[in-house]
Amino acid sequence: MSYSTGEIWLIIALLGIGTYAIRLSFLALLGGRELPPVVLRLLRYTPVALIPGLVAPLVAWPAATGGTTDPARLAAAIAALSMGYVTRNVLAAMVSGALVLTLGLWIGG
Amino acid sequence: MASTTTKSAFWRGARDASPFVLVVAPFAVLFGVVATEAGLNIAQTMGMTALVIAGAAQFTAVQLMTENAPVFLVIAAALAVNLRMAMYSAALAPYLGAAPFWQRALIGYVNFDQTYTASALEFERAPDMTITERVAYFLGTVIPVAPPWLGFSLLGALFGSEIPASYALDFALPITFLAIVAPMLKTLAHIAAAATSVTFALLLAGLPSGIGLLIAGALAMAAGAFVETWQTRRRAR
Repeated sequence: MSYSTGEIWLIIALLGIGTYAIRLSFLALLGGRELPPVVLRLLRYTPVALIPGLVAPLVAWPAATGGTTDPARLAAAIAALSMGYVTRNVLAAMVSGALVLTLGLWIGG
Repeated sequence: MASTTTKSAFWRGARDASPFVLVVAPFAVLFGVVATEAGLNIAQTMGMTALVIAGAAQFTAVQLMTENAPVFLVIAAALAVNLRMAMYSAALAPYLGAAPFWQRALIGYVNFDQTYTASALEFERAPDMTITERVAYFLGTVIPVAPPWLGFSLLGALFGSEIPASYALDFALPITFLAIVAPMLKTLAHIAAAATSVTFALLLAGLPSGIGLLIAGALAMAAGAFVETWQTRRRAR
């Protein structure tokens, strides 16, 4: 990380203000005006549209292995994803991903 | 009399949201660890946790910061992750819009995935609640979420450096994100959005950090909305 202290605090402050503005947005506007359906439809997909894209390169080319695809990490990612999909349980998914990673690194040694 | 029902609404909210501690605590520890490993000091880590108080966005920001992405791209990507909360705000407005402004201003600060989900469920289930009871219930759901989030982040930030390197902590963030996203893949539209996001993030990985993610995210949102529209139309026929 090569930011100045000022830049780091700027990121923190603007993220804090921006997030607060998003959270308060419609609560602050009286009367409970409704969002247009198109906007609602797009907002519904923001987490599933951004988080997988953030994770994909980290899974495909982990920095820890110098960008080479790593079987242990790939298996752990698949384990977390499928466990989470099947059980709908975040904690179970995290634990199974961690277990498969530990096992994979131990085998790959 | 009114204060008794208000108090009981508060504690009912706290009780209904209590299972969230199990998810919030490990996620918070992890944020403390990942943020300090990435190079934030304790004050910066806790400053972000207290001011932003949104896990997924904080992890996104820290990840892009380790990639030295430009400041405005770090902010844009992390805020984009939080856009879903505008939807929560809109969904809560009919129930809480009549509360005094200072109460709504407070609720805005603690309008999280967990507090929103628990409260929206309760408000729909119990339409006879007064506005005071609704506010009390909402603030009650904050108790098992916000204090553990702050406390466990601090724990992670303080003791993260003592975790041995053999634990492959570099991969804790991807696993956590996958664990959060997988249960959200409820419909074909969600899966289409996620698949589009992954495809374009990988194809555009050569672009400077953050840009590829924003483009992939925008296309993925459009893909999700498109599939939803298409399915609704097909069902209507």
